[in-house]
Amino acid sequence: MSDSVETAAVTAVPAPATTGQSGTVVRSTVMRRLLRNPMGIASLVILGSIALLAVFAPVLAPFEENFANITKTLAPADPVNILGTDSAGRDTWSRLLFGAQLTLLSALLCAGVAIAIGLPAGLIAGYYAGKFEAVSNWVVSILMSLPGLIVLLTIRAAFGPSVWISMIAFGVLISPSYFRLTRTAVQSVRNELYVDAARVSGLSDWSIIARHIFSVVRAPIIIQTAAIAGVAIAIQSGLEFLGLGDPTKATWGVMLSEGFKNVYLTPTLLFWPALAMALTIGGLVLLGNAIRDALEDGEKIKHRKKRAAPEGAGASTTAASATARQPRKSAAAVDAGTEHHLVKVTNLGVGYPQADGSVKKVVDDVSFHVDRGEILGIVGESGSGKSQTAFSILGLLPDNARIVGGAIQFDGNYTVAPGDERVNQARLSKLRGKRISYIPQEPMSNLDPAFTIGYQLVTPMVRVLGISKEEARRRALKLLTDVGIANPERTFSAYPHEVSGGMAQRVLIAGAISCEPDLVIADEPTTALDVTVQADVLDLLRELQQRLNIGVVLVTHNFGVVADLCDRVVVMQNGRLVEEGSVRDILRNPKEQYTRTLLASMLEGKTPMSMLVSSQKEPVA
Amino acid sequence: MSTLEATQNAPLLTVDNLVVEYPSKKFRAKPFRALTDINITIGQGETLGLVGESGSGKTTLGRAVLGLAPVTGGRITFEGEDISHASRRQRRTLSRDLQVVFQDPYTSLNPALEIGDILAEPLGVQGMAQTAAKKRVKELLDQVGLPSDAIHRLPREFSGGQRQRVAIARALALSPKLIVCDEPVSALDLSTQARVLDLFLQIQKDTGVSYLFVSHDLDVVRHISHRVAVMYHGEIVEQGPAEVVTRDPEHPYTQRLLLASPVPDPDRQEQRRADRHRLLDIQRQQTEQAGALA
Repeated sequence: MSDSVETAAVTAVPAPATTGQSGTVVRSTVMRRLLRNPMGIASLVILGSIALLAVFAPVLAPFEENFANITKTLAPADPVNILGTDSAGRDTWSRLLFGAQLTLLSALLCAGVAIAIGLPAGLIAGYYAGKFEAVSNWVVSILMSLPGLIVLLTIRAAFGPSVWISMIAFGVLISPSYFRLTRTAVQSVRNELYVDAARVSGLSDWSIIARHIFSVVRAPIIIQTAAIAGVAIAIQSGLEFLGLGDPTKATWGVMLSEGFKNVYLTPTLLFWPALAMALTIGGLVLLGNAIRDALEDGEKIKHRKKRAAPEGAGASTTAASATARQPRKSAAAVDAGTEHHLVKVTNLGVGYPQADGSVKKVVDDVSFHVDRGEILGIVGESGSGKSQTAFSILGLLPDNARIVGGAIQFDGNYTVAPGDERVNQARLSKLRGKRISYIPQEPMSNLDPAFTIGYQLVTPMVRVLGISKEEARRRALKLLTDVGIANPERTFSAYPHEVSGGMAQRVLIAGAISCEPDLVIADEPTTALDVTVQADVLDLLRELQQRLNIGVVLVTHNFGVVADLCDRVVVMQNGRLVEEGSVRDILRNPKEQYTRTLLASMLEGKTPMSMLVSSQKEPVA
Repeated sequence: MSTLEATQNAPLLTVDNLVVEYPSKKFRAKPFRALTDINITIGQGETLGLVGESGSGKTTLGRAVLGLAPVTGGRITFEGEDISHASRRQRRTLSRDLQVVFQDPYTSLNPALEIGDILAEPLGVQGMAQTAAKKRVKELLDQVGLPSDAIHRLPREFSGGQRQRVAIARALALSPKLIVCDEPVSALDLSTQARVLDLFLQIQKDTGVSYLFVSHDLDVVRHISHRVAVMYHGEIVEQGPAEVVTRDPEHPYTQRLLLASPVPDPDRQEQRRADRHRLLDIQRQQTEQAGALA
């Protein structure tokens, strides 16, 4: 996402009309976001007017930059010299305008030189890696270890007081910042599949870089340039302030130096160039920040609005009920006759408040229950709300999610009482890890790479069960044996990257049952695994479930997995429960059309090379 | 296999004794051997399914054919021409006949380019004029069942299945003879997968294109392939007509793979589970005996 937004920024040609039906084309919004940001618009106005003044300096300035009226030195402001004159009788306003020209141009030259060296070198080093990268890294390290100011002083001594030469030198010195920025950005997309696809198309390396790779670095380069230009102005003026500038040319630094000499006679001489520099550098820095905000922090702003919006603006249909919902302190008693269910979900609705005050429902009116020793499968496609349902039982919904209806009870007590807007964390944190545990989809990303597997198994047990470390270690080794790991001691002391995906999933299953839970929520526990490993893990889950007599909620999209493990099945589509029944009923005699369509998509038992769905003309995937 | 070769006198793609090795990062360390002694052929209008577990080298084989993996030994011949070490210029000519659809429809399309530009890219490389390219892009969108207003939209505005259709359209742009499909349906939902498989079959029927179809899913491979090759640890362990390899496999790994894939019926699955445990027991005994003999 971030690449796409970054690149979009650069194409930020003033808002082309949004194409297509959805208003999500970012190209327009980045520019708009920049303009909506007070910081962005202020800096653009300041920089724009300074640039205009510089461009039209010859027209606007009443005098030549070096025209001196000896009879009128250090004069205060009057209608002829609107900002007064300096010690040689030169007009301050005129010199300020011409100075803007030179100062801005030399800053641009500096950034230009730095880009001309750093950008291509970074692109090549990032794209090809290898020797060029190694050599340029050396060069960059040398450049960065040079003391900049001393180099600039040396160059001034060697080549004379030219602004241009010192800015070229500074551009070379500062080019590593572009090099590193570019190289890192390129490295992150070098192995993207779309670059591979371009290679297969026979695009030359240069075309690939220009078309697919350069677009990633454009936005960061723009931001970097704003900062670099500011630094260049500061450095250049600093040198000139020390008296190392070219006295025949009007620049802000030279004026500053001149003003400083007369600070006791005419303090305003110091004030005007200082103000010009402060405005320009400040404008550049703010512009860089504003562009960055427009690109990266756009999401955050939206979230803040989301949180602020719902209650007050909750005029929409669903939000109206949400406003009335107050979290309750005391746990209400569950309906009589339902206490024996391990988990009972009643008319559950989960929604996300939107910026405009409405609530986007992702789970709507879902009811089911799970008993002890029973495996319930929740089947559906991506976006059906099956994971959201599972996460609301666990109480692990994102912060901005709201329970917009219904209730969840666990072992005869509400975790979400009717009327609650959020999952009651106080009640649930006592259950989570002890009586309800979780097996995730991606085994590798759910183990912390910085700690050994043993540590990650022992710590929760010590905390939750209150046993000693020694006892926990003994139990962890036993658990690892239980989940079919041949050499538990070795796995115990291994780091996650040292074990295979199937092994990691066994470790997570061991972790899930370590505190002897009553309910396990398994979210696509075998989807990331190879088929042969999946079969082993399914065997393990079945064996453990039967031995420990636990209830399991198994979220999956695979009917084969359902057939293998589940006792009962609920089918979900678009946040709603489509059908519920025993595994045999659902798989053999599905009543709903949607379930039938899903089952018809299964390849098992189909004539090879036959069309699966095209007989019934359906909308495109 | 020999019968098929006889009927198709000149195979489109032939891979002989292919070896792919990746140089090791460590100084003077042995290179990593990803593929060992691979031999496959694909005839015109034929689909070769390539199945195996993660890390078996099936994706690497596809990438080697495309010139995206280093060929250290053996030959890859496409239409009688050795392309094992084709230059970028040769690749450009080759790309008219040899194309690719990748697994992940989210990263295989440049997020900054409009769909129309993505589809026009291979056409532009071949020097097609703008207006002709535009017309062809419209045809392609129609062929893969996407609306023509997709031209000016960005990839992120589409679902996974739709993006994969865009990727397929890009592969079809130059009417290639062979498309390497690297797990093209494994990131898709079940019903989307079915529709995309239908699309692959329909395209083959209409254009006579050949596929090298890489997948980890035996059911998918069985459904779409004429012949199937099974890969295990960088080698092809079994190869033959799809019906034979996927129903009555010979190699122990393929047998395990077949019985590991669960079927959507509780009672048949229970049967399959029992079969699988029996097979595992037999294979374990066999390896023990082999170990005892050695």
